[in-house]
Amino acid sequence: MSDRITPEAVAKVAKLARLSLNDGELATATHQLSDMLDHFADIDALDLDGVEPMTHPTPIANVMRDDVEQPCLDRDEVLAAAPVAEDGRFRVPPIIGLDS
Amino acid sequence: MAGTDSTTHDADGRGLPTAAVDIAWNVRNGVISAVDVIERHLGEIERREGEVHAFNLVLGDQARARAAEIDTGVAAGDDMGPLAGVPVALKDNMCTRGIPTTCSSKILDGWTPPYDATVVSRLHDAGAVVIGKTNLDEFAMGSSTENSAFGATRNPHDTSRVPGGSSGGSAAAVAAGFAPLSLGSDTGGSIRQPAALCGVVGVKPTYGAVSRLGLVAFASSLDQIGPFANDVADAALLLEAISGHDPGDSTSIAGGPLHVGNELDWGVTGLRVGRITDLPAGASADVVARLEESFDALRDAGAEIVDVEVPAFTYGLSAYYLIAPAEASSNLARYDGVRFGLRVEAPDTNAMYAATRTAGFGAEVKRRIMLGTYALSAGYYDAYYGRALKVRRRIAADFAAAYERADVLLTPASPTVAFHLGDKTSDPMSMYLCDTYTIPSNLTGDPGMSVPFGTGDDGLPVGIQVLAPALQEGVMFRTAAELERRAPR
Repeated sequence: MSDRITPEAVAKVAKLARLSLNDGELATATHQLSDMLDHFADIDALDLDGVEPMTHPTPIANVMRDDVEQPCLDRDEVLAAAPVAEDGRFRVPPIIGLDS
Repeated sequence: MAGTDSTTHDADGRGLPTAAVDIAWNVRNGVISAVDVIERHLGEIERREGEVHAFNLVLGDQARARAAEIDTGVAAGDDMGPLAGVPVALKDNMCTRGIPTTCSSKILDGWTPPYDATVVSRLHDAGAVVIGKTNLDEFAMGSSTENSAFGATRNPHDTSRVPGGSSGGSAAAVAAGFAPLSLGSDTGGSIRQPAALCGVVGVKPTYGAVSRLGLVAFASSLDQIGPFANDVADAALLLEAISGHDPGDSTSIAGGPLHVGNELDWGVTGLRVGRITDLPAGASADVVARLEESFDALRDAGAEIVDVEVPAFTYGLSAYYLIAPAEASSNLARYDGVRFGLRVEAPDTNAMYAATRTAGFGAEVKRRIMLGTYALSAGYYDAYYGRALKVRRRIAADFAAAYERADVLLTPASPTVAFHLGDKTSDPMSMYLCDTYTIPSNLTGDPGMSVPFGTGDDGLPVGIQVLAPALQEGVMFRTAAELERRAPR
């Protein structure tokens, strides 16, 4: 197996992505991601100087519309689909004021 | 109204037309009843769904009610539309108001969308009857439909084998006769590869030709909705009904619906059909043999076969598997236990996010989120995501050059016929290679479709992929129709 990505880097990526990995999952993910990055290294040899990056396929720039009122989603219907809602809002656990 | 129409069919619906084109014409003109049509298909589901598992949800009651509404409309003299009474199955990543939309993920458990996807509204306006929501690889990430929180879908031709993926449920639903039409989404081949493995027609339209509003996003610059059908004419009927500009999707192309149905009988005389001489290796011998025969068939039909090179084709897989996970890692950040579906409670918000995402996402989705987060992270962005975007430009340029010499290109849709369940689940790279031939058209935005063309090993279906330049669906369908007429029996 290659070492294109270290377990430390995978752990950092998982933290950024808000995913928890146990030791076994971390080892598996490191192995699999290294294997993939090895495979994708075929593009390393290409000379891409001066090539414009292509972010999407359509020749569309900005899409403008008239600034007029339009119906929007029903608030109660949206909140009914949320895990926890209260007083017309999404309810979440505390964000500040905890020692952690 | 059962038994009062002028066609001859028994109580199980045998004798009713099976093609969507015929069902729609007969229902629209009051010759047969939409209720009889839906009962026939619900009967097929009852009979075989246990072994195929195409659906996450069968909407029996809603479909019956909608069919009755169609019949009432027809009886009152109303024109109920070009898909009048035709059952359509929807991949379960398309939003249906008030009806669960799961993406085959635990993380959307309990969520029902507050709106319909544009394609769902258009199906309704065209008189179609939504019969159910079909299984997929979680968030459309996979090539076998094994990677679902609800269990695997099986190939109706051989239930020990996969239907392909990620739109495996929609492909299997059509192949098994559960519905004459279905919709899938294709980000790297997720319509065309399962169509090939299940022996049905599958179309990835030009990027922007079909609205993505209400399609749960995987990789926004690559995702496109398209039809499955038993034949090319039925696929054309469905594509015409769902395509056309939608102001609700900022990537939607201006202009009306695509018109492809009236070209199907034009033939291919004088058409330049490209053979890619530097096509990446990896297709099995049986698939390569059918591809050669497909060139022969079109030459016999009057087409000119021309050799073209697409040197960057081979780099498509690498570019795709850096770009698609990068976009996915961003799109899937919204599943954090606040607005949709699952929440795993924890003392603070950050811990709740992590607990919810860790419990809610499956292994493949986590793998791609991590790969994409890495490809976008500081210090690696230029080496991975940035380079991949430049390779994407190179691939688009190579295809544009090939299309100066050829009107359409033919490749395999899948490197092999349907493989056995479990064959590729332990090695993600082996699964990714299933998409080798389909990925480039997602990167370029050009259309592609798979059309059944004979069988390969073990008598299983082989699909030939027809590729065409952006918005040239007409010539693509014309070519596919000729291949369909000349397919080995």
